[in-house]
Amino acid sequence: MLLNDEVGMLRKVPLFARVAPAKLKLLAFTSDRVSYREGQTLFHQGDEGDAAYVVLSGTADIIVDSAAGQIKVAEVEPNEIVGEIAILCDVSRTATVTATSALEVLKIRKDHFLRLLTEFPEMTVEIVKVLADRLSHTTAELTAARSKARQANS
Amino acid sequence: MEPSLARYIWRHTWRQQLWILFVVALSMIPYFMSFDLPKQIVNGPIQGAGFEQPGATQPFLAIDIPLPLIGNVHIFDGFQLSRTQHLIGLSLVFLLLVIVNGLFKLYINTYKGRLGERMLRRIRFELVDRVLRFPPAHFKRVKGAEIATMIKDEVEPLGGFIGDAFVTPAQLGGQAITALVFIIIQSFWLGMIAAFIVGIQLIIIPQMRKRLIRLGRERQLTARALSGRVGEIVDGIGAIHINDTSNYERGDIAERLGRIYKIRYDLYQWKFLVKFINNFLAQVTPFLFYLVGGLFALQGRLDIGQLVAVINAYKDLPSPLKDLIDWDQNRQDVQVKYAQVVEQFSMSALIDEKVQTLTIEPVPALTGALAAVNLSLTDDSGARLVERVSVQINPGESVAIVGAAGSGAEAFAESFGKLLWPESGRVAAGGIDIHELPESVIGRRFAYASSEAYLFQGTLRDNLLYGLKHAPLTSVTYEGAAAAQRRWSVDEAQMAGNPDYDTRSDWIDYLAAGATGPDDLYHAIRPVLDAVALSQEILDLALRTRIEDGVHPNVTSRIVEVREALRRRLADEGLDDLVASFEPGEYNPQATVGENLLFGAATGPAMSGKELARDDYFLSILKADGLDEALYTMGLEIASNAIELFADLPPDHPFFQQLAFMTAEDIPQYQQLLQRLRGKSFDAVSSEDRASIVKLSFAYIEPRHRFGLLTPDLMQKIVHARHQFYESLPERLRGAIERYDPQRYTTAATLMDNVLFGRISASQPDGPERIRSIVRDLLDALGLHDEVLDIGLDFNVGVGGRRLTGGQRQKLDVARALLKRADYIILNRPLSALDQRSQDAVTRNVLEEIHRDDRNPAVIWVLPNPHLADLFERVIVFHAGELAEDGTHETLTAGNGIFTRLLQ
Repeated sequence: MLLNDEVGMLRKVPLFARVAPAKLKLLAFTSDRVSYREGQTLFHQGDEGDAAYVVLSGTADIIVDSAAGQIKVAEVEPNEIVGEIAILCDVSRTATVTATSALEVLKIRKDHFLRLLTEFPEMTVEIVKVLADRLSHTTAELTAARSKARQANS
Repeated sequence: MEPSLARYIWRHTWRQQLWILFVVALSMIPYFMSFDLPKQIVNGPIQGAGFEQPGATQPFLAIDIPLPLIGNVHIFDGFQLSRTQHLIGLSLVFLLLVIVNGLFKLYINTYKGRLGERMLRRIRFELVDRVLRFPPAHFKRVKGAEIATMIKDEVEPLGGFIGDAFVTPAQLGGQAITALVFIIIQSFWLGMIAAFIVGIQLIIIPQMRKRLIRLGRERQLTARALSGRVGEIVDGIGAIHINDTSNYERGDIAERLGRIYKIRYDLYQWKFLVKFINNFLAQVTPFLFYLVGGLFALQGRLDIGQLVAVINAYKDLPSPLKDLIDWDQNRQDVQVKYAQVVEQFSMSALIDEKVQTLTIEPVPALTGALAAVNLSLTDDSGARLVERVSVQINPGESVAIVGAAGSGAEAFAESFGKLLWPESGRVAAGGIDIHELPESVIGRRFAYASSEAYLFQGTLRDNLLYGLKHAPLTSVTYEGAAAAQRRWSVDEAQMAGNPDYDTRSDWIDYLAAGATGPDDLYHAIRPVLDAVALSQEILDLALRTRIEDGVHPNVTSRIVEVREALRRRLADEGLDDLVASFEPGEYNPQATVGENLLFGAATGPAMSGKELARDDYFLSILKADGLDEALYTMGLEIASNAIELFADLPPDHPFFQQLAFMTAEDIPQYQQLLQRLRGKSFDAVSSEDRASIVKLSFAYIEPRHRFGLLTPDLMQKIVHARHQFYESLPERLRGAIERYDPQRYTTAATLMDNVLFGRISASQPDGPERIRSIVRDLLDALGLHDEVLDIGLDFNVGVGGRRLTGGQRQKLDVARALLKRADYIILNRPLSALDQRSQDAVTRNVLEEIHRDDRNPAVIWVLPNPHLADLFERVIVFHAGELAEDGTHETLTAGNGIFTRLLQ
């Protein structure tokens, strides 16, 4: 796959949809194309976050270690971005991501990603939207889980 | 040290000084004779005294010694010679005296020089010896560069002076008096004139020079302070850059240089004024001689011969006199310098010489307990760090010391390492104060590592084994010239009061490390390096080095085997696509176009970048296949792509790191170049421009840059050109490139490149890390681990170990402490530069290593936080300088004291 094809892929990612193609090409060029096999891990929960990944093809699972063992919390599909939280707020990885099929990703390094955010506010707005969306999902799930727990206790 | 320089010199060199004085006295005889001779020549054969009759002869070399009371003792009649013969004879005697005087001078100067150099060696050694015996607290107040300046520069003039200390005044004074006496004998009044002027010189000049000495002293102090500041700038360069204080430093240095300049300029002004007056006085005397002596001669009270002899003798008076005055100035100057240096090196708390005596035989293990008795420690300002602590640590105990920062735990450990001296109370091992125990006991039976690891410039190996080099253990046998050289250096060392320890001897105490000699040392080193998690890093260092031909034949000769093993391993693990191998007949997509063309490692700049793109032979190869135009088109494509991507970015943008083929500065140049070349056919482009463009294509890697520029046809052409290139490689290029050969080791490439014999695929996640761990594993399986470790241990750590990371330095320091297998191992927060996880892992490993093979030394470990305390038999808790709790981990966690609070 060539640089220009990657730009096409990146445009389909909601996060980058409104970024000018020339900038996307730059982003693609400065990122590494990495391929994973099924079962290979992109990063482990607790690692230091150094990059975000845009999935070009293939799928992966997001898995969280908890007291009750490993819990799969989500699945990643092409045109989605993973691993951006750890590089946005300097925390270690909050989950483990493992490929569930042959996976092609674009690895965007932390410093490059942050630089892009400061240079393209439209991208920052998109990121905020995505995060807020996730937060509302998480809150809804938490509420559901708590009420379930209360019912179970009572 | 002796405060008076003259006494110091006399004490160490009085025998030599007396001898040289004797020689100087002896040299006065021919010296005096050479004064009288010109008179004899002029009055005798030239003016004809005693040769009034034609054919008259005079006795030559008649020896009469006039003795008081007895009268003339006649010894030898001499030869009767005619006037001409007499002239020739006397002239020959004159020549002989010139030679004899010269030889005397030569001998005296050489002897003095040697004497001075020996003393200089003695003084310098004594000063360094004192530095080695300074109490540790003293080093908080002195600057290393200042001490170095004192030892190197400030005592230097002493060497020159020592030889002259007694001889010069005697010799020059003798010469001056001889000349003066001679003049007085010739003519009393002329002699008195000379003596009068000399008297003025001897009184005025030293007076004027007092100011010079004061200025000289100021110069010494300011210059010393300057070198101290320069040393600080070098050491603190990081702090300077971070705080933008380079201009503050510039200001400070300029100010100091200004002060030094002023002092030096004052010195010059005064010095030349003194010189002027001195010269004037010296020249006044001949003026008086000509005037007064001439009048005497006219009156007939002085013959011409006498006047010539007086003037001739006077010629020799000012220079010894001037030298004598110079000597006196030098003496005062040097005395001041010496006194100032001695003052800096004199202190009452110096460590006793006996504590550091050389001990060659092994020191028996310590069997007594280590105890602090009523121990109080203070810092430099006098603040209490530890308050009256008494605690006993028994042999074989493993003790964790826990406490918050400033609790006194670290200071307590430092006092065990003799780095902090007790304010009151004492630290004793087996009942003896450790400050009275020789360092041979403390340095061998104690091991200490802290976060402040200091490494010496040298290899990793030197630093690792540093803790084993207590004494020269083997006696080296020398033969032939080397034996003579060794004898000479031993003799000289003894004469200068230096020790004659042989640095070529093997100082490494293999037995202490649990080895029998250099051959099985690695069995001792490896577990230690593994324990501190340093082996991997050292192996990686080794993999990044280029090995000279023949230095490690075991590795280089087995490289083919290693390559095959790597291929097999990768195939077994299904990781074939991790590395793209170099195949002589195939294009390697993970390597650059340039690498694919050359298929070899360049040994110099001639075979890379623009130089290569300009090389006639290389161009002729490209042309044959039409590759030159293809690469040119490719370069144009790359240039326009790069400009499209990067033209808008500021030059310091981090994205430029990704751009392998040009720098931010090149972008505007290539913009212009592209505009100029637009629409031009390949043939119309100048060779210089072609080279600029073609060079870009050399760095291109398709899977990484993804511009889509490589076609199968182009790749095939490149492989073809590769063969053509080596077919008729001209002589001049043969040394510049080493062709990749699957069957041979490439010396111009790193060890890792040699093992891989290919390129790691850019599209594989964590490729380099995975490859490194596979290669490390492989080396172990092939039994090459120790050999490669050996290569890594050759790595030069730089000044203070700065080429290593802080964590590596600390690990090395711990490894050094473990290697000597001490009875008491004190580890004072030794791994602070590591992250928590690695600290925990290394702590566990090190404890295991310490107790491996049933060894059972006492371990005293100051832990950064208490959660590892359960690994130890006993836990001591410090709080606010006092020993708060002491007990096993269970009892402390069961209680409700400080330890449980620290654990939360």
